[in-house]
Amino acid sequence: MPLLEAESVVKSFGGLIATDCVDFYIDQDEIVGLIGPNGAGKTTLFNLISGALKPTSGAIRYEGEDITGLKPYQICRKGIARTFQLVKLFGNMTVLENVMLASHFGMTMVPHDFDEVKNSMEFLEFVGLEGMQGVIAKELTIANQKRLEVARALATKPELLLLDEFMAGLSPTEVIEAISLIRSIRGKGITVFMIEHVMKAIMGVSDRIIALHYGKKIGEGTPEEIAKNPKVVEVYLGT
Amino acid sequence: MDDEKKRAIRKSYLPIFSLCILALAVLMPCYVSPYTIISLNNIFMFIALTVSWAVFSGPSHYISLASAAFFGIGIYVSAILGDSIPFPVIVIIGGLLSFLIAILVGLSSLRLRGMYFTIFTFGLSELIRHSVQWWEVNITGTVGRIVVSVDARTVYYSMLIVVVLTLVMAYFFKRSKYGLAMRGIGESEEATDHIGVNVNAVKIISFATSTFFMGTAGAIMATRWTYIDPAIAFDPLYSFMPVLMAIFGGIGQITGQIFGATALTLLADLLLTKFPYYYNLLYGIILVTVIIFMPKGIMGLRLPSIKRWQEGEAG
Repeated sequence: MPLLEAESVVKSFGGLIATDCVDFYIDQDEIVGLIGPNGAGKTTLFNLISGALKPTSGAIRYEGEDITGLKPYQICRKGIARTFQLVKLFGNMTVLENVMLASHFGMTMVPHDFDEVKNSMEFLEFVGLEGMQGVIAKELTIANQKRLEVARALATKPELLLLDEFMAGLSPTEVIEAISLIRSIRGKGITVFMIEHVMKAIMGVSDRIIALHYGKKIGEGTPEEIAKNPKVVEVYLGT
Repeated sequence: MDDEKKRAIRKSYLPIFSLCILALAVLMPCYVSPYTIISLNNIFMFIALTVSWAVFSGPSHYISLASAAFFGIGIYVSAILGDSIPFPVIVIIGGLLSFLIAILVGLSSLRLRGMYFTIFTFGLSELIRHSVQWWEVNITGTVGRIVVSVDARTVYYSMLIVVVLTLVMAYFFKRSKYGLAMRGIGESEEATDHIGVNVNAVKIISFATSTFFMGTAGAIMATRWTYIDPAIAFDPLYSFMPVLMAIFGGIGQITGQIFGATALTLLADLLLTKFPYYYNLLYGIILVTVIIFMPKGIMGLRLPSIKRWQEGEAG
């Protein structure tokens, strides 16, 4: 049974069809990339999974359970966390408070001896923000804001992490660091589903890639297969 | 490190300082004139309204203009029940009824954001006022009601208890995970939702809790006025004053809210007695001046930690 599974998911905004009968699955422990030109429906698909939007039709299943139409906080507590294309941090709160809020509310079962400060600090250290817990979030650099968003998402103890353009706007060195962070997230046993435009990065890190265009799935496979897929090549390079 | 130490010292003084103030407030009626007691009573009432308003509207940035509605509900509970049951029970009923109505209001309105929420709450106050008026004229056959009065000292101590409870609630709420969640909602409601916070539940519960204290304050104050009608009980002034007082003192800190409520109540008293003809004019000029030149409130002037919070507010 796949961890996450979508069955002919359609989302239309008025006359515009943002995702058109999309089927896909994500297996446990995979890193799956989601690519496609601007407006292909990638973020819409993430919003449908995370509950920010309700699909017009179709079903999304998580661990075999239908989660279509659940609220974002319910989906988060089921074990799916996400980051946003444009970072949505709690800008006037400290770095530590950002993560603590997530660890207070993100889990359904809180252990007895749970120490949220210690727990939050561990996540900050994991993403490379140790020593910055007292900084006001909006004063961080973009790269660090993105790391903080990941730490906040991880603090909800997810099994599946949705990363929406985690590497956009990062310098080449930061991209390399981001890739190793994504690998170590998987190393913690967390499945990663990521939207990315930085081709080199997504080709290198993904086990499997799904390509969207105008809301339709136009290709799926290993990075090598995607690179040779004529439809994907056409969309990306033109004819 | 030095700052942290200072903060720790200040923190350890807080309970002692609060207890001294409390002791002073308890002993006060034995030594001062009845006029001072009434004046203090007014201050307490506005502190209760301002602090409870800020519990919800401060961190979440959902500016509510419905304080008058819940204050007025308390007043009417007091007027209708009279002396049929003990005074403390009436006060609690006033709070509970406000709480329940706030839950209904919350369920129907908290999907509204920003300006729409503010206008809705203002409209709600007016709706309740006119509904009560319609009821009194057409069903009861009168406009006003006589309230059974309670002696000034009982009113004073009841209000003191309500203020203390409001402050204790606000203090602990702010430090709880729900207080943190409310700040998250104020910063990014979407992100708060996505990290597992049931944002509607948190908003509704904290909104209703804050109105409980407004209701109790209303139930107590009614006994001092002896005569009430819908225009008195649901006066929009009680919706606007808490907002102004909180802004005046500094929204982010409970001390700021207390200071704002105290200062503006005293100012209004002073202007009303010294310049009865120019009262509103002077009051308005002072408020506008403060908001233009001290957008962060009085507390924003000196404490850097508050300044930081409020810079974020402005930016």
